[in-house]
Amino acid sequence: MTAPPPPAAHRDRFDWLLTVAVLAVAGTMVRAIAFTPIEANQGAAQKIFYIHAPSAFVGLYIAFGLVAVAGALYLWLRDERLDRIAASSAEVGVVFTTVVLITGPIWGKPIWGTWWTWDARLTLTLFLWFVYLGYLILRGAIDDASVRARYSAVLGVLGALLVPFIHLSVYLFRTLHPMPIVLKPSSPSLPPEMLTTFFLALASFTLLFVALLRARYRLATVLDALVDEEAAEPSSMGTLRAEPLR
Amino acid sequence: MLAAAGLIARKDLAIEFRTRSAFLAALVFSLLAIVIFYFAWDATAVPASDLAPGVLWVIFTFSGVLGLHRSFGVEEADRAIDALIASPIDREAVFLGKALANLVFVLGVQAVAIPAVALFYNLPMGRVLGPLTLIAVLAAVGLVAVGTLFSAMAVNTRLAELLLPMLALPFFVPIVLPAAQSTARLLAGRPVAEAMSWLRILIAFDIVFVVACALAFPFTLED
Repeated sequence: MTAPPPPAAHRDRFDWLLTVAVLAVAGTMVRAIAFTPIEANQGAAQKIFYIHAPSAFVGLYIAFGLVAVAGALYLWLRDERLDRIAASSAEVGVVFTTVVLITGPIWGKPIWGTWWTWDARLTLTLFLWFVYLGYLILRGAIDDASVRARYSAVLGVLGALLVPFIHLSVYLFRTLHPMPIVLKPSSPSLPPEMLTTFFLALASFTLLFVALLRARYRLATVLDALVDEEAAEPSSMGTLRAEPLR
Repeated sequence: MLAAAGLIARKDLAIEFRTRSAFLAALVFSLLAIVIFYFAWDATAVPASDLAPGVLWVIFTFSGVLGLHRSFGVEEADRAIDALIASPIDREAVFLGKALANLVFVLGVQAVAIPAVALFYNLPMGRVLGPLTLIAVLAAVGLVAVGTLFSAMAVNTRLAELLLPMLALPFFVPIVLPAAQSTARLLAGRPVAEAMSWLRILIAFDIVFVVACALAFPFTLED
């Protein structure tokens, strides 16, 4: 209603940011595989760390943090753009968290000798993944845009409140996960070449997240405008039916 | 506000008492589940006392979800919820009233299910009854706070009763885990002090989520 009609160019315009992000991730992977030394104890299996850790950082901290913050702001300001940011961030965050949950076991099998273990961090990641899958399913089950925005904002904020509790209760089980090696009080214990690759991976994955978020946000804007347009003049749209975006 | 909450709780309990449909369903479900769980495990390999805490808390979670459906489902008929919204009562009071009625519901199921587990699994629960009751009440409060809020949301979606467990179960993890763990400690004859760190999580969860859900609830009722 208030949103201006989407510029047609949006749909076809070349997404340079996404291209740059994909190239940056690809470049980092080439560096990680070919030009970063092989870890002495774990061998080649350690390389997956350059995908696993940045995905966890982006998916668990940035994406789900953004869902909670945008949700809380939405409940306060009632700006539908905030709802689109939260929805886009949740969707992209679920993708990154899925990458974490897939790469983790691939590394865990040769190093720990098991695909899965009920360690604190693994369990927390798995349950957060469930919470945000539920978030997406909830959005899909509500037709009214403002109800959808309010309900998902409530769930997004409560999801963030849940994190310390799940962490605390699963932490009382013993933990197997490698302790932090970069973010810790003493200096990082990675050799400099590995550290550089890791930070490059962190930066390129964050860039990829921003690019995907932007692309998903644009899609949401266009689809919302289409739904509004159709609601305003149901007859003029003829056979073109837009599914409301969830 | 408390008087209004009491009024709403009384209304819900009166409906439940006169129909008894949800309570009986939850009760029968609990008893069935207790019996089925026993046969699903090899009783000669796993002692019943190791099985019982997990069984108890899984059953409470699911029977709780069963009852929580009705909390707002019952307001859908004739759009009774619109009358609730229009009435001069704080939204927070509506939440507290609904939660109170649900708490009575869950505690009622527990009051039958705990002795039933003691009976079927042959557990000497008499000496731990006091601490166990405390755990049951603490867990029920958290369960009901989250469940009531999500029930209000789920009835307004196309998936309705399918959505509630999907939303609520991840939130029940910090309830079921501490409750089952501390129950296991008590049944193993350990002192209550050993379960304290678990109990602290339960208490903190109750405080944070009762407040958060009461504050979030008005957002689910707007028109």
